[in-house]
Amino acid sequence: MLEARNITVKYGSRVAVSGATLALAPHEITAVIGPNGAGKSTLLRTLNGGLSITAGEILLNDSPIEKWSRRLLARQIAVVAQEADIRFPVSVLEYVLGGRYAWGASSSWGWETEQDLEFAIKALHETDLESLSDRLLNELSGGERQRAVLARALATNAEHLLLDEPTANLDLSHQASILSVVRGRCDSQHVSALVVTHDINLAAEFADRILLMKDGSPLSYGSPREVLTPELLARAFAIEVLIDSHPVSGAPRATPVHEIRRS
Amino acid sequence: MTAVFERVLELSQSEGRVTLRKTLLVCGFLVALLGLTVLITSLVGSESLPSRNSLCALLSFGQVECGLSEDQSAILFELRLPRILLAASVGASLAAAGASYQALLRNPLAEPYLLGISNGAAVGTMLALIFLGAFEWARPVLAFSGALAATFVVYRLAHGRTGASPERLILAGVIVTTFLSSVIVFVTTLMDATRIRSFTFWLLGDLSGTTSNLLTISTVVALAGAIVLAAYARSLNLLMLGERDAFDLGVEVSRVRLIVFLVASLLVGSSVASSGSVGYVGLVVPHLVRLTWGADNRLTIPAAAICGAMFVVLADTVARTVIAPRELPVGAITALIGAPLFIYLLKRG
Repeated sequence: MLEARNITVKYGSRVAVSGATLALAPHEITAVIGPNGAGKSTLLRTLNGGLSITAGEILLNDSPIEKWSRRLLARQIAVVAQEADIRFPVSVLEYVLGGRYAWGASSSWGWETEQDLEFAIKALHETDLESLSDRLLNELSGGERQRAVLARALATNAEHLLLDEPTANLDLSHQASILSVVRGRCDSQHVSALVVTHDINLAAEFADRILLMKDGSPLSYGSPREVLTPELLARAFAIEVLIDSHPVSGAPRATPVHEIRRS
Repeated sequence: MTAVFERVLELSQSEGRVTLRKTLLVCGFLVALLGLTVLITSLVGSESLPSRNSLCALLSFGQVECGLSEDQSAILFELRLPRILLAASVGASLAAAGASYQALLRNPLAEPYLLGISNGAAVGTMLALIFLGAFEWARPVLAFSGALAATFVVYRLAHGRTGASPERLILAGVIVTTFLSSVIVFVTTLMDATRIRSFTFWLLGDLSGTTSNLLTISTVVALAGAIVLAAYARSLNLLMLGERDAFDLGVEVSRVRLIVFLVASLLVGSSVASSGSVGYVGLVVPHLVRLTWGADNRLTIPAAAICGAMFVVLADTVARTVIAPRELPVGAITALIGAPLFIYLLKRG
């Protein structure tokens, strides 16, 4: 279980996150939504110790994360971020095997074991990248690359997945496929996920819980039905939003009402 | 011979992923090739030696009477071989350091000479020569300090608030290089005229003026340094894709960065202290190695070290024979090969 209790993060004197509390329970996806600059990505970065908190506490299996070594923490928590631009020829399989770094034992002299290879191949299978495993990463399309980033996180076999806008810049079918893979992991294993996203409807569809943030503070935290209300969304985004139900899944669906002036 | 070469190359490339087996195969092959290069180049020089007798002497480490005169034996064992060994250790140091800087700075164009790190070491060496001339060990120590200081400054300059781009890093390197060049010019003008010429020659990379102590230091540092860097190769594989990624995956980024910077600077420092700034080795060699076997540093770093040794041994053989009995600085030869490759890499993006 990964928990944040009443945490505050500051960049210099500027408060980026204040008073945020959440818990990632097994088999659950938590979505974090909110306007730009609400502190969503900052919150995600603090959860694996990438940024330090100035107040509150973050607990992994009831023990503060500062007490965990980098390697042991990386075995428990995997991050899917926007991939950086890659200037070296790295194959998809090599890239995904990078996810096994934290499991490296001194007995293997820094080389991957058969078991590492098995986890990597399983992750490639889950993300439907098996046929591309020998290709170079910078030869892939944007959607395939993002799947490779996800595959590397899955290869860690971590119990907690933190995804920072994993579907940004992807087309409709790729957005859904990324989140389906995450959903699959959460359903089939003892895994929880946190997804930072701008796509409210995708969050409503895939998430069990939603944390709505504004100006670094949590506005609401609960099920999609509880959080996605016209009042709360209007407070967060300063725009009128209509809520109805998705005709197939029944999940709440948000439609912004734009004031477009026509001359 | 070429058929064997091609067969081994083919074999080493056929396996996709870099494994321990593949690394050992490639490195074993390269070591054999390096041994051959050393043997052949020690037969070449402005003074021609009888090949068969020299080979006999070399392979028996001078223990067997092979019919060489005393003068010929001295040329072989006291002039050529130490110089070739120095060339090999300088090449290995610079190529291993170059490969590591490239991974750490996420930039295939990073190179000790182009980043001004060699110049930092050169300033350190100069200060040692002028103020601590009596202490031979002061040269590598101050060269190392200079290299480390230059590395630090370039790294800080390149990482602005907007992050580090390849162009920004090269620009930072240019600034540090030109600044240190003017320091070097300033100090040089304070020297007496007879030393200026030999000094300018040394600055361009010169393997002729070594002592046995410097040779020992540079060989030990090259071997130990390359081994330490290779031991961090798996961490460097992840750092190569971004510091944040590496952190997320469990790399202790600041510790690894510090150790790799220290060791790479030590390698540059010791090679500059013994032979001046030999440029572009750290660019050309790792690039060719990656082109042949991919970017996994567990293979790139050791293979680059061995190929770097070969490259500088060959370049120095050209430098000391092409206008014999006069010599060219070896740095002129490596730059002649390296600069066009740099332009090609820059244009390719």
